[in-house]
Amino acid sequence: MLKKNEELTKINHEQGSFVKPKENWGLEKETNNFANKVKLYRQGKLADDDFRRFRLQHGAYGSRLRPDYSMIRIKVPSGEMTPEQLEKIATLSEAFSIGSAHVSTRQNIQLHWVQLEDVSEVMRGLVEVGLTTREACGNTVRNVMCSHFAGVCPNEVFDATPYSTAIAKFLLRNPMSQNLPRKFKINFGCCNKHGLVRIADIGLVPDLRDGKKGFRIYLGGGLGAASFIGHLLEDFTSEEQLLSTCMATIRLFDRLGNRDNMARNRMRYLVNEIGWEKFQKMVLKERAIVAMTVSEFTKNLYQVNFDDSYVPLKKSTKFNNLPIVETNISTTSNGYDRWLHTNVVPQKQENYFTIFITLGAGDITSSQLRSLALLIRKFSSESVARNTPQQNFAIRYIYNNDLPAVYKKLMAIGLANPGALTITSAVGCSGTTSCNLAITNSHRLAKEVQRTLLELGFDVDNDLRNSTIKISGCPNSCGQHEIATIGFFGGAARIENSMAPVYTMLFGGNGYEDEGKLGKAIMRVPAKRVIDVIKKIVELYKNEKSSSETLDMWIDRIINNNGNGNIKNMDDIKTLLTPVTQLPPFEEDQELYQDYGNDIKFVAKTARGECAA
Amino acid sequence: MCSLINLKNNKSKTKLKYNIQSKPKNVNVKSSNLKQQNQKQTNNTKTHFKGKGTIYKLPIVCDVETLRTLIRKKAARVVDVRRIEDYKKGHIPTAVSLPLANLLSNDSPEQIVKLLETLGIYDEMPVVVYDDTFGALAARVAWTFQYVGHENTSLLEMTYTNWKNLGLEIENRINKFPETTHSLKLNHSIYADATYVESIQNNPDKVLVDSRERLNFLSEHIPSAKNIPYTMLGNNNHILRSVDELKRFVENRGITQDSEIITYCGSVGTLSGLAFYALKLAGIKNIKLYSKSFKDWKALGKPKIEFKDANYWDLSAE
Repeated sequence: MLKKNEELTKINHEQGSFVKPKENWGLEKETNNFANKVKLYRQGKLADDDFRRFRLQHGAYGSRLRPDYSMIRIKVPSGEMTPEQLEKIATLSEAFSIGSAHVSTRQNIQLHWVQLEDVSEVMRGLVEVGLTTREACGNTVRNVMCSHFAGVCPNEVFDATPYSTAIAKFLLRNPMSQNLPRKFKINFGCCNKHGLVRIADIGLVPDLRDGKKGFRIYLGGGLGAASFIGHLLEDFTSEEQLLSTCMATIRLFDRLGNRDNMARNRMRYLVNEIGWEKFQKMVLKERAIVAMTVSEFTKNLYQVNFDDSYVPLKKSTKFNNLPIVETNISTTSNGYDRWLHTNVVPQKQENYFTIFITLGAGDITSSQLRSLALLIRKFSSESVARNTPQQNFAIRYIYNNDLPAVYKKLMAIGLANPGALTITSAVGCSGTTSCNLAITNSHRLAKEVQRTLLELGFDVDNDLRNSTIKISGCPNSCGQHEIATIGFFGGAARIENSMAPVYTMLFGGNGYEDEGKLGKAIMRVPAKRVIDVIKKIVELYKNEKSSSETLDMWIDRIINNNGNGNIKNMDDIKTLLTPVTQLPPFEEDQELYQDYGNDIKFVAKTARGECAA
Repeated sequence: MCSLINLKNNKSKTKLKYNIQSKPKNVNVKSSNLKQQNQKQTNNTKTHFKGKGTIYKLPIVCDVETLRTLIRKKAARVVDVRRIEDYKKGHIPTAVSLPLANLLSNDSPEQIVKLLETLGIYDEMPVVVYDDTFGALAARVAWTFQYVGHENTSLLEMTYTNWKNLGLEIENRINKFPETTHSLKLNHSIYADATYVESIQNNPDKVLVDSRERLNFLSEHIPSAKNIPYTMLGNNNHILRSVDELKRFVENRGITQDSEIITYCGSVGTLSGLAFYALKLAGIKNIKLYSKSFKDWKALGKPKIEFKDANYWDLSAE
């Protein structure tokens, strides 16, 4: 092992090397404070609602129908995690949670079913490795996301990570982010494809004008019961205006946002009510006021730290698209080739690759986390991992020659599944495994979809590669179903006089910057028919597609009524899919009326949501 | 892997006092009480003569250095509770083999006393028990010894693997010692059965603790039980965490030092045996082990709490 490290150091030295700045997000006194508040609450000295607000502000979300247990949401700004942090999370999960950790769709790591009395102990452990749960839930600025490709994407103009970190630092524990009308989300992208910038309250994409750094900033996007795609604020926002733009937007929202109707108080509703043009003008005016009035002291709390030790690596001239490992691959190809094809992408840095760890709906065991930490130390030149909104891990800066060894290591710990960057890597929120609002077990369904599609070899099918499947357990879009090629959200319906878990299926969404759009609802599908329907869609597509047309392109054509074969529009495909969605009478096959993971009759049970405080 | 040096530095220690002349008993009792009040995990040694040389009174958990000294002085019986095959491959010097399965195969008090005698353990003899299963098997054996009246029993602070990884001495000879006689003095205060557990329901001063993992607990448990999973109790290098940590866990749960606690787990009282000693270390005086645990409870058809409104098992990545 030592020998290997020496080799790596040598490589780094030759290729250019850097040390990542270590950010400390934690604050120890908050852990004791939390423990004390739990005691007061248990002694009846703190009202339910006051405690709930406090709990959410500190990242502890009540578990499904059991407020005495918490889901602990660990904020991971920009998704960047050190091996030490992964190891600590492994240990904390074993001790206080369920021995697994869960990657969310917003680059958080979640620990489920932690007893309320132990939350402070988990927080204590997190602080030891610089992590926090502060403002991970509640009416606050949530985890600031940054594309997991930032810094390595061949199509980016500069690395947005230092800006993402600076904004996250500025807003964390900042009085202006403590009591907003509702949660507030900020996403940084790298290029026009990655980073989900159109579905955030503020989305930012790095841009250059006359050699000056800046951003294209989108406001008022977001997914939920009613979803909106963000609007471009102006042609170009210089980096000097980044802070004032963010502050102005948050201030406006804080001042004007709806504090009465919880179902309508995200900023996107405000933008929609006021109208974009008017809101845009207000933001620009507010920005001018912020720029003029904010004190130097406050401004200095915002510091973009570029790593001085960074020596730029030689830029690759070979690649300008992601992903790109082109080989003729099939299900009979050997495992390594299949993995290369579906889990590995070249970086803009010559000879370096980013590899993806395929998880099932974001779940990873403690022992896998530990092995992953060792692997990162040994093979990643930047020695950190990033978690992704597709609920996987991205390990970057893997040197060309190390790829076979990395694959072998991953095989040994059960993390070498292919398909991370393909349609098989289905996203699933936590659903009825832990969430109060969930109606269906979207989490398990996502795992079942992944397993089945991998068995069918959908991961090696280049036609399906760019398409995505995302599943939420209720209409609130934690599973981001509205930006999926094929999306599903859970509900309940009476079929043949019996209640059954069903999903509403949506077509044609995507989270890109340039063409970002929301999926269109097609039809309802019983939970136990979802996989059959996906298979049928692919079958229909294969019959109908024109030569080089991929699934997502074909679906786009159908929802725009532009089909040219037997399927011309949404009605046509609905007609063909309807037989697949039918269930036999309840008495004939009761199992089809049950949800995944249940052997009892389906009942839709929900409780008060924990999203807002 | 941490070195022995680090390990030593992490522990609060009092130096062993060898060959000290016997002191009046009340003095010893006092100092022992004082130490308990300080809530320090110390190598509280009490010495007196009883025609068998110096006898050391062991703390709840025995640290490595104390055990090595006791081994050198031939002043304790070391009990290895792993499987006999593992014992034969190597064990801590002077250790005798008592696989947990052997003990459980007939655990009538008379039989346990017979086992003690066969292993050459006399009434006051210091006994140190170890395993390679994060302390749970050792805890169950130690509890059984204490239940039949062998009070001077202690758990080695670490597992056999930890011991071996530290490069400490091991041997593979099969140790046998002359048979002794041992009295039987049942300690009812540390024992609980289903009837007892049933009787404490709704008594706020008596706390039932389930030491199984979280998901098992959520699935089903005895009514009114609180969950302290065994996974919380130890860490990589020690079968039990520091006293401060354990005390904090207990305090966080609102369990007071003067509460009576009954621990149970899935079937034979191993995980709950470890919890028994963890709570003892945390300063709780009155603890009982429901050694037959949930398996017995279910077999008797007693009521249980089930939670079926969430699919928490599907979160597991196994």
